[in-house]
Parts: sequence; structure tokens; C-alpha cells
Amino acid sequence: MSTFVLLTITGLGLGAMYFLIASGLSLIYGLMGVLNFAHGAFLTVGAYSSWWLSTQLGGVGSDVLRFLLSAAFGLLVGAVVAALVELVLIRPLYQRHIEQVLVTVGLSLAMVAWVQATWGPTERVYEAPSWLARTTEVFGARVPNDRFVEIGVAAVVLVGIVAFLRYTRYGLIIRAGVENRAMVTALGIDVRRAFTLVFAIGGLAAALAGVLSGVYFGGSIDPDRGTSLLIFAFIVVVIGGLGSIMGSAVAAVLVGLVQQYANYYGSEYLDFSVLGDLSVVLMLAITLLVRPSGLAGKWSVAH
Amino acid sequence: MSALEPERRTLLAVDDLHVHLGASHVLQGVSFAVAEGGVTALLGRNGVGKTTTLRAIMGLAPRRGRVTLAGEEIAKLPTHRIVRRGVGYVPEDRDVFAGLTVEENLRLAERNGTARYDLVYALFPELRERAGQRAGTLSGGQQQMVAIARALLNENRLLLIDEPTKGLAPLLVTEVARVLEQASELATILLVEQNLGVVHRLARDAIVVDQGRVVHTGPARPLLEDPALVRRFLGVSGAAV
Repeated sequence: MSTFVLLTITGLGLGAMYFLIASGLSLIYGLMGVLNFAHGAFLTVGAYSSWWLSTQLGGVGSDVLRFLLSAAFGLLVGAVVAALVELVLIRPLYQRHIEQVLVTVGLSLAMVAWVQATWGPTERVYEAPSWLARTTEVFGARVPNDRFVEIGVAAVVLVGIVAFLRYTRYGLIIRAGVENRAMVTALGIDVRRAFTLVFAIGGLAAALAGVLSGVYFGGSIDPDRGTSLLIFAFIVVVIGGLGSIMGSAVAAVLVGLVQQYANYYGSEYLDFSVLGDLSVVLMLAITLLVRPSGLAGKWSVAH
Repeated sequence: MSALEPERRTLLAVDDLHVHLGASHVLQGVSFAVAEGGVTALLGRNGVGKTTTLRAIMGLAPRRGRVTLAGEEIAKLPTHRIVRRGVGYVPEDRDVFAGLTVEENLRLAERNGTARYDLVYALFPELRERAGQRAGTLSGGQQQMVAIARALLNENRLLLIDEPTKGLAPLLVTEVARVLEQASELATILLVEQNLGVVHRLARDAIVVDQGRVVHTGPARPLLEDPALVRRFLGVSGAAV
């Protein structure tokens, strides 16, 4: 029982990070039709910016304050880099989807190489408040505290994005744009501003996932973190339904849980250590066969 | 152009408009003028480029040529800036946002603080009752009301309306014609319409397009009341009325 509880909460923590990455990917694809392969780079850049600032803040006594300041800086860098990528690289290639894929793939490779060249190819110790590394007992399981933070942060981001989409003018524009971008412009709206905004939000959420991944993966970050998480985030987006935030949330939880359960029980009883990744790919295959438009289908950005 | 009465000012002038879609040269130098006030009908058989003409004016199709609105060049502007100069567009397939409510569809169309909800709800009382309903669950006629209401919400100089009665029951066709008649007192309308009865009721002038070119311009009624011209230009046997 305690193992199952631990696996469940850990799976939810992993799903929380998948959701943070997938939400931005899904909105960007839904609104602009851009498959953003550079999204993992936003995560890595956010995580490394945050790590860099934390190494500069030795004078700040409280480890919580140091963590919050450096995390905030990482999010800011993630959002700014994402907005710049949209303005400088994506906008000139508007509606040229092949070129967009090429430029985002190239950018993700270049950013990883740049991070490796600047801070080294091996992992860096990501210092988080000591409380996060301690455990809390839940139904007999000793659960690392950071799992609760990851789940809580993702829940707040989910509620925040849904509220933004439902109750703001830009949210309305984005929901309409996901359905029919041309008609939005035919109502006199400059939809390109919404593009930049969606990239900034996506970059911020990805950077947040980067910071949290530093905590989740035992207090370390590495240059390939973004790329490896991005693959699963893409799978989450497809299973959830392109363009749907709620779909991404549900799919992220499913993928995180299945991956954890399958990894543990696979190696425990079947002596098969990659069952987690395999079952995620199977879920993807089944979704594509049975319900190609994903759990949420279309038209359901905020529903 | 020649048949227009001299005292009426030109609001929209299209000059040598070309559109290529893939390999096909859909508009091959379309030129016409729309006088200020009333309804001008854009007529022609299926597939001759009427919808493409409206989309090209809106900047929704890649175009080459000159388009002026009240003397100002708009052919180089992006769609949203053309709209902000006072152009409302009701597309052929209505293109309401299915996942948004009726009220959200209208709110999205607001361009400034002067949205004319009173006017819109007076014309379409049903939209007020269905404000909270998702547009995707409306009937075709109700969706058409939303599409027209979006264009009437703002003070526009010109409305481009593409087949507003397509697929509607006869009673609704009459209803839409009544609304367009009222709308034509507020703005100039360039109307693509297959229902020649509706055209006869509303249009003062007519422009006929065939194979990507304008083949006839002039007052609408003499054209519609001449069976030979109707057959020649529109491929329909007999006069429209």
C-alpha cells in the first residue's frame, strides 16, 4: 500500500511537470499551428538561469528566499526568451510550417549546445530549500515534500490558465483563434499579439517545469533535461487533444501515473526496466488509433 | 462606372485585382466600383470568383492589384487594419466560433466602446435570449444571425456579405432579407447572393463576374428582369422575378 501511495504521488509530480510543458505546447499549436520543438530549450534555459542566479545569491541567508528569487528569475528569462523567439524567428515564417519546424529544431539543438559550452555538459547541483528534500508520511509512505509543491504549482497554473482563457479579452481572442484564426483577424483583431503572448506564457510555464525538475530529479539539472521531457510532453499533448488545456492536464496525469506504475512494477515483477516508457508509447498508439483527435477533441480550449 | 449615377460617390474601388490560389488564376484582373449607400450585388455562376473577390478585398486571400476605400489604398494592409477602417465581413460559411457563446462571439467583435448592442438585439431579439448558448449548438439560421450581428455591432462604412441566405428555410430567407434591408440604411453593402428574389428586392446595382473577370455592371433590376441577360450571365433560365 505504501509503495502504491508513493508511486501515485510521484507519478502525479511527474505529470505536473509534463502538464507545465504540454500546456504551452498545446496552446501554441492550437492557436498558431506551430509545432514548437524549441519548447524544451525554454525549459533548459529557465532552469539554468535560475541555477545561475542561485549561485550568485550566497549572501541571502534564507534558502527559501534564495530559491524563490532564483526561480522567479528563471521564469522571467523563460518568458522573455520565448517571446523573442516568436518575434524574431517564428513571425517571419508565419504559415510556413516546414520552415518553422526546421527553425525550432535548429534552435533547440543550438541552445543545448550553448548551455553545454557555457556551463559544461555534465549535471549541475540545483540547490533547493532543505524542506523540499525531506519527507512527509502519507498512509504509511514517506513522500518527498517536493512532490506536493510540483502538484500544487501545476494545479495553480492550470486554474490560472483556464481563468485567463475564460475571463480576459486575450483569453477570448486565443480561444477564438484556436478555432479560426483568419476570422479573428476579420473582426479587426491583430492576432499576432496573442501569438507573442501565448509564446511568453508557454515559455514561463516551461521554465517553471525546468525549475521544478531541478528539485524533482534529486537536486540537479543537465543540458538535455528539456529535450528528454519534451518528448513526453508532446505525447501528452497528442493524447490530450491539440489545443486543449484540460485535455493536456488529464493526459499529463495519466501519462505520469502509468509511467511510474509501469516502471516500478515492470522491474519488480517482470524484470523489465523500460516498461514505463513503453507503456506511454502504447498509450499514444492506442489514442491515435481509437481517438486521433485526443481526449478532448477540438473546440475545447478552456473546457 | 458608366452606369452609376454621377452624383453618388464611389466608396470602394477595385482595380485589376488578381488572385492565384495554387496553380489556378482565380481572379484575372477584376475591376469595379461600389457607390456609397445601398446594396450592390456581386453576381455570377458558381465558382467564378465571387467569394474570392470578397476575401481578396478583406486581405484573406493573397492578392495583387489596387483596392481603395473612400480613396485610400487598402490592398497592402493586413486584414485587421482593413476592418478597423470600417469594413464588416460576413463570410460564406458564417464562421461563428462554435466553442464560444453567442455573447462571446459578439464581445469578440467589439472594436471600441461604442458597440451597438441595442441595434443588434433589436434586429435579432433571439440572440439576447441565447446569449449564454454555445454558437456551435445553434441552427444555421441562428448562426447566420450571429455572423450578421458581428458585422453590425460596429459602425462600419462597408459590409461585405457572402451568401447570407445559403441553406436557410424560406421563412428565414425573408427574415435575413429584411435585416439586410435595414442594415443597408446604416452602411453600404456589397452582397454575394444566389437567391435572385432577394437580390431583386435589395440591390440597386449589380456586378456580374465570369471566369475571374467582370463581364457586366449596371443597375440590378433591368438585368434581373431580362430573361436573356439572366440566362447569359447567371446560367439560370428565365427572369428572376
